[in-house]
Amino acid sequence: QSTVRSGSGQTNPSRGTYIAVITNRSTTLVIRGFMLFSIGVFLALVLNLLQVQRNVTLFPPDVISSIFSSAWWVPPCCGTASAIIGLLYPCIDCRLGEPHKFKREWSSVMRCVAVFVGINHASAKVDFANNVQLSLTLAALSIGLWWTFDRSRSGFGLGVVIALLATLSTQLLVYNGVFQYTSPDFLYIRSWLPCIFFAGVITMGNIGRQLALYECKLMSEKTHQD
Amino acid sequence: MTVRERLREKISAAFYRHGLLCASYPVPIILFTSASILACCYPLLRLPLPGTGPVEFTTRVRDYTVPSHEPQGDLGERPDWYRGPPVAYIQQVLVKAAVSPWDSTLVPVDVFRSPLGRVFSLLEEIRNHVHNDGSGVRSLEALCLQVTDLLPGLRRMQTVLPEHGCLLVSPGNYWQNQRELFDSDPDLLKTVHQHEPKGLHTSATLRDLLFGVPVKHTGVSLYSRKRVVTYTITMVLGSYDARFLSSLRARLRQLHPSVNCSLREDHMVHVHFKEEIGMAELIPLVTTYIILFAYIYFSTRKIDMVKSKWGLALAAVVTVLSSLLMSVGLCTLFGLTPTLNGGEIFPYLVVVIGLENVLVLTKSVVSTPVDLEVKLRIAQGLSNESWSIMKNMATELCIILIGYFTLVPAIQEFCLFAVVGLVSDFFLQMFFFTTVLSIDIRRMELADLNRRLPAEAGMPPPKPGPLRPREAPPPPRPSPYTITLQTPAFRNLRLPKRLRVVYFLARTRLAQRFIMVGTVIWIGILAYTDPAGLRTYLAAQVSEQSPLGEGGAGGLPPHLGVASVFPGPGGDPASTLSVLPAPAEPTPLPENQSQGHHGAPREGVPHQAQAPPLVPQISWGAEDEEGWRRLSFRHWPSLFSYYNITLAKRYISILPVIPVTLHLSPREAIETRHPQDTRHPPPPKHLAAREHPYLLIYKLSALGLAAGVLLVLLLFCLYRVLCPRNYGQNGVAHGRRRRGDLPCDDYGYSPPISEISPLLLRGHSMDIECLASDGMLLASCCLAGQIRVWDAQTGDCLTVIPKHGGCWEQRDGWDAVGVAEPENLGGGTEPGGRVFDEDEGYPLRRRTTPRPALFEDQPDLTPLIDTNFDSQPPSHLLLTPPRDGFDFGGLVERAYLEHEPPSPGLTASYPSPSPPSGPPPQRRRSLGYIQPPVPQGQGTPDWESAVWAMELRGNLIAAGRSSGKLELWDAVEGSLRCSNEDGVSGITALAFLNNRIVAARLDGSLDFFTVDINKPLGLLQYRGPPGRSNIPPSPCYSSEDVISCQLTRSVQCAHQKPITVLRAAAGRVVTGSQDHTVRVYRLEDSCCLFTLQGHSGGITAIYIDQTMVLASGGQDGAICLWDVLTGSRVSHVYGHRGDVTSLVCTTSCVISSGLDDLICIWDRSTGIKLYSIQQEVGCGASLGVISESLLVTGGQGCVSFWDLNFGDLLQTVYLGQSSDGQGVRQLVVLNNAAIVCDFGSELSLVYVPSVLEKLD
Repeated sequence: QSTVRSGSGQTNPSRGTYIAVITNRSTTLVIRGFMLFSIGVFLALVLNLLQVQRNVTLFPPDVISSIFSSAWWVPPCCGTASAIIGLLYPCIDCRLGEPHKFKREWSSVMRCVAVFVGINHASAKVDFANNVQLSLTLAALSIGLWWTFDRSRSGFGLGVVIALLATLSTQLLVYNGVFQYTSPDFLYIRSWLPCIFFAGVITMGNIGRQLALYECKLMSEKTHQD
Repeated sequence: MTVRERLREKISAAFYRHGLLCASYPVPIILFTSASILACCYPLLRLPLPGTGPVEFTTRVRDYTVPSHEPQGDLGERPDWYRGPPVAYIQQVLVKAAVSPWDSTLVPVDVFRSPLGRVFSLLEEIRNHVHNDGSGVRSLEALCLQVTDLLPGLRRMQTVLPEHGCLLVSPGNYWQNQRELFDSDPDLLKTVHQHEPKGLHTSATLRDLLFGVPVKHTGVSLYSRKRVVTYTITMVLGSYDARFLSSLRARLRQLHPSVNCSLREDHMVHVHFKEEIGMAELIPLVTTYIILFAYIYFSTRKIDMVKSKWGLALAAVVTVLSSLLMSVGLCTLFGLTPTLNGGEIFPYLVVVIGLENVLVLTKSVVSTPVDLEVKLRIAQGLSNESWSIMKNMATELCIILIGYFTLVPAIQEFCLFAVVGLVSDFFLQMFFFTTVLSIDIRRMELADLNRRLPAEAGMPPPKPGPLRPREAPPPPRPSPYTITLQTPAFRNLRLPKRLRVVYFLARTRLAQRFIMVGTVIWIGILAYTDPAGLRTYLAAQVSEQSPLGEGGAGGLPPHLGVASVFPGPGGDPASTLSVLPAPAEPTPLPENQSQGHHGAPREGVPHQAQAPPLVPQISWGAEDEEGWRRLSFRHWPSLFSYYNITLAKRYISILPVIPVTLHLSPREAIETRHPQDTRHPPPPKHLAAREHPYLLIYKLSALGLAAGVLLVLLLFCLYRVLCPRNYGQNGVAHGRRRRGDLPCDDYGYSPPISEISPLLLRGHSMDIECLASDGMLLASCCLAGQIRVWDAQTGDCLTVIPKHGGCWEQRDGWDAVGVAEPENLGGGTEPGGRVFDEDEGYPLRRRTTPRPALFEDQPDLTPLIDTNFDSQPPSHLLLTPPRDGFDFGGLVERAYLEHEPPSPGLTASYPSPSPPSGPPPQRRRSLGYIQPPVPQGQGTPDWESAVWAMELRGNLIAAGRSSGKLELWDAVEGSLRCSNEDGVSGITALAFLNNRIVAARLDGSLDFFTVDINKPLGLLQYRGPPGRSNIPPSPCYSSEDVISCQLTRSVQCAHQKPITVLRAAAGRVVTGSQDHTVRVYRLEDSCCLFTLQGHSGGITAIYIDQTMVLASGGQDGAICLWDVLTGSRVSHVYGHRGDVTSLVCTTSCVISSGLDDLICIWDRSTGIKLYSIQQEVGCGASLGVISESLLVTGGQGCVSFWDLNFGDLLQTVYLGQSSDGQGVRQLVVLNNAAIVCDFGSELSLVYVPSVLEKLD
């Protein structure tokens, strides 16, 4: 007689149509990673376009090329980074044993993304008196973003660490001449860079957590059964 | 009590009062809110409408100075954009040239070749013009706008447009401003045309840019009738020098005097271009809007449990939008002019204000107790959330205030809007949304009442019987056993595919909508490509085609219609009027020359048709004064954009045009001819077009009318083809339709009428207990132990076992007891039942009976039954010994076993709370300790012990008795073929598959028997038409065979507790037990494959079919789907409050019914609940699936057919006259599309005709 414990073949109920595909964790992980990657690439392209300023004329023949005006490897890098961050956040939540409970809804995530795009918009379009003011405003906005949509210590810590690392690596790239600022300002770096990185990390973490929510639900159900 | 708590209480109380207010006076409050919204939005009227069209400002040339950057004191009507120098000054030299007098020896090319050729000398003149006065020498080179490279994408224009120098464009650019190239060009038109873009174009073309006048007016064409060529030389000046320009003007005028020119030269027009959104900005903007819509979608999706989800979602969106409008309006009222781009910041404002509060309010109100009054619900919901709403609002205000102190003007403005928006949003939430919510909730309650009341009205109040099975009472019936509903509407079953497609098209009005959309798009395209409208176009066409025979009386000159296209505000008010004299002059007459002999006799109007030398008259009208108005408004932006200069938010100044009139002699025209020019054929005579212009218009309009009539007719035919003639007549002629009897679909299509009449099979004297069928035969066993075999097709009774009532008289005596017995049994239930019924009589109670919460006020029901029942067995035990053969314990068990599904085809029928079917759940619960005294050793056949389980295969009936005996009967002859007495515990369930019988006994053991026949299998004959049914036809055992039944294996302790369900299919035997487990055995070697754990209650229902799908339902209300091959659980859902009583699967879904009278339909692959059907209390729990989309359920004295795709009730068939009758507890779907159900002591055979048709 073979006794099979139940619950071994449980799947994500909301994605049941792909029941055959999404049967194990690694597959879901890959799918999640891919979704996060594409979101990251898309956001990178769009936000880069935001930075392209007004000197683009009406329907210029090279509008497509202006989308890809920066180096080709920037969007994939952003995508990879966002995939890593989006997977890292729920993982850390699980490790710390404090599952994120604050505002777990898609509408809240959408709001977060909108605010993130808004911060980018402000940094690109609004004329600030000086760079310190720009940096301070953006920092306040980013922290407001964190407070409104995240409020977890782990999220804040990770955000700060990643933002610092990203700024540092960008700086290294600039020193090595791989990448160039059009006009460096405020201590020779783009002053909005760390804030944008921080807000981006919070946003991607939010999306990643929301995506991982179903799986977490599953896990808790399983442990509950055991 | 701290301050905080006191504050909290105060807020809560205030909200409570406010909620009461809103719910009490909804209409006045909504009116008040609308009025305040409108009042706040009123200042918005003063704001300019957003648009991308250019605006103009006209100043006088004489005292023109470059406006300073700082706004000066007296602005007057000076617009705020008129500051600083313009991007450029545009000076146009408008050249009108004609060869005069026109000679008949000239060829058409001469019309424009020599006039165009003069452009080079003019250019020379302009370039070389030098103005010299005291202050110095000025030339065009110094004043003009110097341009650099063209944009990299415009390489093909490099030869045409100037680069690295003055921006000076003229038709000469086509030939690089070189006379030699022009002279050697064999085909001028081709050169001009080769730069034109193909297809539809919206912005200015190169031809427009170089000629400076619209293509139509250039006159550069072989078929030009006016023979006047018009073009401009456009100088773009970087700086303004009045003296140079006036000297240039004087020089040109002196060289080429324009005699009848009276153009005004004292006004210059400044044109300001709005910001236009380019692709690069459009993409982020669109992304923001997409995110915004996703946010709104995800937010409003959470609105639930209300009457109209869409209505509330709309109200929420309206709340946010109008609060934004109010905010802008209020800000404008207090003097703040919005400088930000509204379209850009709008999504962010919405996101900042958010829909959260609205959702929280809805959720809170909805979660208040349902039985409260609406007012109180609203008030309670509001006050529950008051604190969090206030807190959130305070936080948001704080954050925004922080933003205000960043001291960045743009952010400050944004924050100001957001603050005002937040406050007005709060106001609207409190007044507008709350009121809408209260209206919605009230509507929901009303709808609930409406739904329940008809059933109430149809029921006699004092009736103590069970509830009506259906919400609607049965309609008046023509005959006792037949029901004719207006429309049985098995529409998705019966209708052929093409009809369904047509119905679908008609239902959705797809064709009409498609045509409508197409028309709208067409009109849109038309309006877009020809903004002046069709009329102007037609008029122009007509007048162009028909020369003006009668000196201007025939039609308007072409330029008149078009001149009104750009009626500039700065233009001369007399401009349109002053045109009229122009045609009245002898201007167009030259064209009349060739048709002089036509026109002259026709009318007596004197005209100059006889004048032999034709002088193309060059006239200067007011429309030439500002000829640039006739150009596309994208003309200047596109010219500048070629050099990467944007005009967005900037302005240009257009100087008064310099007129130049050129008269060329025919000799000069002939001299400049290119040798190839004469090869062009003379223009074809437009004889057809030379009819009376009115006639042409009439013809055109008649044609249009005919086309319109034809189109209407065509559409009408299409409509008639797609929509049936009896549109909305047949189905719903009888006014308001009640819910419940849903006779036809919403659009009034009613399929043909058909009847379903149940066939009653009578013969049993007592209630039917077991029912088995193999498709052809039908065996039933009643409480009296009598087995009858029926023909499933005709309903004839074939056999009765026992044949003659050996104990029949005994049974008759028993009958009285049997009748009395349920009363005894029901003794416990009676009081509770009565309470229940009385309660049912009260409408409000009735309304809410399906909800479990209501059973809270009848708590005495269950314990009463339990205790009474506990006291029952001893009395039975006492009664049993004196009377041999009367086995009350067995009766109890039997009563229990009614609810045991005896065959796999049968669906389990589990208790319904109605008294006649007793209180089975309790009985089942007490099963564990009932060990009935089983009378032993009765001879064969055993008449004394009751039949608890029965199965039919081939012509063998397997009957399991309470004594533990297994008997095999011949169904046709009614003789006992074999019996086995190996077990002593009563057989509770049987499964008969192939030649194996599995019996589950009361003690939890499972016995496997093998039926052996001493005849080789090859001799078995098959009956029944092959292929008719899904399952293989059963072998028929002939009467000569010796049949033996041997116990092959007995699993003693298959389950720790009694086995409740036994099912067999696909070589597997599945048992479910009260010990919460399901076990899967292999049929061949009776080996236990899996023990499936996962339920937290006893198993009550199991489904397994040939495709190895296993579903199980338990007392915990859970349904599990298992993979039989691996033993793993595929899904696990909770669907019912209380036991799952029955489970059926189709290929796509799982259907379950529960004690809560709910039928749930689940998606089989995903485990998502598709929908559920709430049935009346006391409806049977028996289920059957007839086809993929047809579900049948048993109710009280009726069976109902449901459409599985839509969840609609298709038809209810009443089985007998007395609708209060017994519930249908067992329901077997035969494979000839009939269903059999028990109906008290009768069997009812219901054919489903449509299914029959379909199968055929």
